[in-house]
Amino acid sequence: MIAHSEYDFLRRFLKSRSGLILGDEKQYLLESRLEPVLQKMKVPDMSRLVALLRDGPAPAGLADAVVEAMTTNESLFFRDKNPFDLLSTHILPELLQKRAPMHTLRIWCAAASTGQEPYSIAMLLKENERLLGGRRVEIIGTDLSSDVLARCEEGLYNQFEVQRGLPVHYLLRYFTQVGDQWRIAPEIRSMVRFSRLNLLQPFSHLGTFDIVFCRNVLIYFDSATKSDILARIAGVTAKDGYLLLGGAETVLGLTADFVAGNRRGFYVPRAAASAMALAAK
Amino acid sequence: MEPSGNAAMKTFLVVDDSALVRKIARRMLESWAFDVDEAEDGQRALERCSRSMPDGILLDWNMPQVTGLEFLEKLRGQTDGTAPKVVFCTSMNDMGHIARALSSGADEYIMKPFDEDILREKLEEVGLLEKSET
Repeated sequence: MIAHSEYDFLRRFLKSRSGLILGDEKQYLLESRLEPVLQKMKVPDMSRLVALLRDGPAPAGLADAVVEAMTTNESLFFRDKNPFDLLSTHILPELLQKRAPMHTLRIWCAAASTGQEPYSIAMLLKENERLLGGRRVEIIGTDLSSDVLARCEEGLYNQFEVQRGLPVHYLLRYFTQVGDQWRIAPEIRSMVRFSRLNLLQPFSHLGTFDIVFCRNVLIYFDSATKSDILARIAGVTAKDGYLLLGGAETVLGLTADFVAGNRRGFYVPRAAASAMALAAK
Repeated sequence: MEPSGNAAMKTFLVVDDSALVRKIARRMLESWAFDVDEAEDGQRALERCSRSMPDGILLDWNMPQVTGLEFLEKLRGQTDGTAPKVVFCTSMNDMGHIARALSSGADEYIMKPFDEDILREKLEEVGLLEKSET
């Protein structure tokens, strides 16, 4: 069992490195997630791990390995379905009316995890190719974990993963079978670019996005961190762009930069909502 | 299927020659309030459907007498046979079989082994269950 002081140290360490908030009774989670890290990095026990992180010299990659092991990477294709329905039936048609034919549509998945979300968006856009009217599309998937980004790049999924949320006709159309694995088609793979990003760090260098997916990641942060991230997301969202959060997430009480959109399930920058209200008068 | 006394209860037919698979699937389906019946091969499944057409069918491929594919082709040829949502659930885990199942009228396809999450999501996909948020 991990000592109280060591658990406290690791909680502070994770909060400062990734913003992850670990509750009072998560010792079991911590130990079960970090056990493989101890083995991989040849660290004998948790006490030694804490000593290395606190006092050094920590082996290269140890701190990153600890943070990555503790961040949740559960993901599935078309997770919750509703955001993707909204994208194809409402957001995309509305956005394309506002964008010139030469405009490159830019979409950011702020917590790409193992790639299912950005690839779901890419497949959906491929299905709606006629709607795009020849516009270029750029989907950026970012994540804190380099391990999951490597999986994104590979675009290889096991049999369970391709059956979680993915309609079978998408499987037939956009995957090829490689032994008992399934690889995303090159035409979908090429629509998405992946890079490593910690949401606690600046991300204005990513440029401006028409649509931001930041789903099921804010729940791991405290209120101050959520507010900070949302304010900075507002800074990279087009004035008439869109923000989609997870089902259990909201902007209410966290930022004044976004307000609820005209359909349940997405948010728009406050300026856009004001302009729409004025136009409606 | 026994009369359930609940007019809104959807009916489901599990067609598989493995009693274990039928038992597991039944347990999952009943937990989502389906009225479940079973058949151990395609022939018996056709007999069940001629008596009462279910809302959904979970269908194995390899079975004695009438296979899942033969059952599906016969079912879809019947006047009221287009109504049930048919989800294949088989260990024929390759593109060729999936394509053949869909072109013969299957609505979805599960590759065994499967779990509760996969079955639930496939039933949501074909509209037999309400979508839940994960």
